Amino acid sequence: MSTATETAAAGPLLRVRDLTVGFQTAQGPVEVVRSLDFDLPRGGALGIVGESGSGKSMTSLAVMGLLPKGATRTGSIEFAGTELTALRERAMREVRGNRIAMIFQDPLSSLNPYYTVGTQIAEAYRSHRRGVTRRQARTVAIAAMERVRIRDAARRVDHYPHQFSGGMRQRVMIAMMLSMEPELIIADEPTTALDVTVQAQILDLLAEIRADTGAGLILITHDLAVVSEVTDHIVVMREGALVEQGPVERIFTDPQEPYTRMLLDAVPRIDDEIGLLRTTAPAAWEER
Amino acid sequence: MSRFLFNRLLGMIVVLFLVCLFTFVVFFVLSPDPAVQICGKNCTPEAIDQIRENLGLDQPFWTQFWTFITALFTGRTYGTGANAVECAAPCLGYSFQTSQPVADMILQRLPVSATIAIGAAVLWLLAGVAGGLISAVREGRFADRFIAGLTLTGMSVPNYVLALALQFLLVVTLGWLPFPQAVPFGDDPVRWFANFLMPWTVLAIGSAAVYTRLTRANVIESLQENYVRTARAKGLRPGLVWRRHALRPALTPIVTIFGMDFANLLGGALITETVFGLNGIGKLAADSITKNDQPVIMGVTLLAAFLVVVGAMVVDLLYTAIDPRVRVGSVK
Repeated sequence: MSTATETAAAGPLLRVRDLTVGFQTAQGPVEVVRSLDFDLPRGGALGIVGESGSGKSMTSLAVMGLLPKGATRTGSIEFAGTELTALRERAMREVRGNRIAMIFQDPLSSLNPYYTVGTQIAEAYRSHRRGVTRRQARTVAIAAMERVRIRDAARRVDHYPHQFSGGMRQRVMIAMMLSMEPELIIADEPTTALDVTVQAQILDLLAEIRADTGAGLILITHDLAVVSEVTDHIVVMREGALVEQGPVERIFTDPQEPYTRMLLDAVPRIDDEIGLLRTTAPAAWEER
Repeated sequence: MSRFLFNRLLGMIVVLFLVCLFTFVVFFVLSPDPAVQICGKNCTPEAIDQIRENLGLDQPFWTQFWTFITALFTGRTYGTGANAVECAAPCLGYSFQTSQPVADMILQRLPVSATIAIGAAVLWLLAGVAGGLISAVREGRFADRFIAGLTLTGMSVPNYVLALALQFLLVVTLGWLPFPQAVPFGDDPVRWFANFLMPWTVLAIGSAAVYTRLTRANVIESLQENYVRTARAKGLRPGLVWRRHALRPALTPIVTIFGMDFANLLGGALITETVFGLNGIGKLAADSITKNDQPVIMGVTLLAAFLVVVGAMVVDLLYTAIDPRVRVGSVK
């Protein structure tokens, strides 16, 4: 809590420089993220947009230090003044979930079917807060569920993931993350698996939480409409590389790159001709 | 839930009835005439007829079968008048060799078989699950390869070879363990443990190898699950991630086969018991087969079938308890 924090307070929440993620494949090395640079100011909301295979999910996993086995990561990821790439696994675990929290695309498969949602929320909380009893963690879990407006949380806390609807499951995931009061929230396609009305609710919830807690948000999506609702800055990625970045209004009104224009055209509009998006990502880059 | 139970019970009864019928046909109809056997060398046709009448062998097949079934529940009386012998339920008849009631013989030996089965099961479950988990999280590394080598050895060495080799090494050469005898636990727990250690190990090794491979495969699969990624993203310690999030889902299929394997073993470990001379159900079966003691063979067979059927049902019930998704009556 001294000079390091003060200098960090001046800088951005997250500063990514020259981030490169690669894999060794049978065909030789493949780079799925190539010298990516971006900043996320404190309290800012950044959208990372691109088609599947563009490396946006790999970028988020690289920040979390959760890249799949065999992946290499070079470059710099500075979080609140701390260089994450230099942290040992044990120190990184203190950051993961605790200071940077992540929610994923498919809330059903992202929750363990064998444990109640309460157990799964409480276990994250207990693993980061020393000396917390089961009972206290349960109270925290119920409070977090109430905060994401799951009705009857005191009873629902003992239910299993399969007893919730898709939107409610994503709320559970958000509650799990919220209970830790993270400084940075990474949401990887959080609404893709949900139907449209529920999508809007989840996005509203994320925006509300951001306003309440002042946490930074990185929203990863292929859907520009989603990004425009919640974020104030956009990073467009293609084939692992940065295409362009800028404030949401600028990207939407005055895209500099043809690829961004194509992405914008891909957002369906009633009065629009169909814009074709050419996919050139090689198969080896396909995300699961 | 009660409907499920009822259906299972009904199915169980049908299966057991069919097993009874089948064994009855094999052992009583297709086998040599028991009356001749019982009568011995100095025998007259009248004596044989007398025995047939006493045992009810002169009756038609279905009558004999029905008497056998009812005897299981209500007992039966062999012979008439002064010679009548009462056989209390569950009556499985009398041994041709020792003239003891078969039910008593089985009950006497059941504790030995149960001791062997429980001890071996604990060993192989612990070794198999621990080995499989270590193997899975160290996939492709030294520990994994080492364990793979062990399991391959464990699976390829036959029971009796292992039993004899261990006996030679630990009892004869090194003198570390006594020659196995069924010592009751209450008499001397230490001796009890020393006596059963070898049979347990011998029985456990093969299964431990199989369970290790199964656990490894299941854990590797569950490690790919999205919820394991969530657990990591929450910042849980690797130990917790593996135990809670990877191992727990992997155990469901293991519980399923464990129930069957264990029930099977309760019905007698034939080879192990015979090699170590332990008087369990398996030894009883082996002895009665060599002496063609039909009522005993039949009794042992029925017991084994009963245990397997009950084991399968317990597994089904356990399964609903283990996996919250198949619990009946869950609320949406």
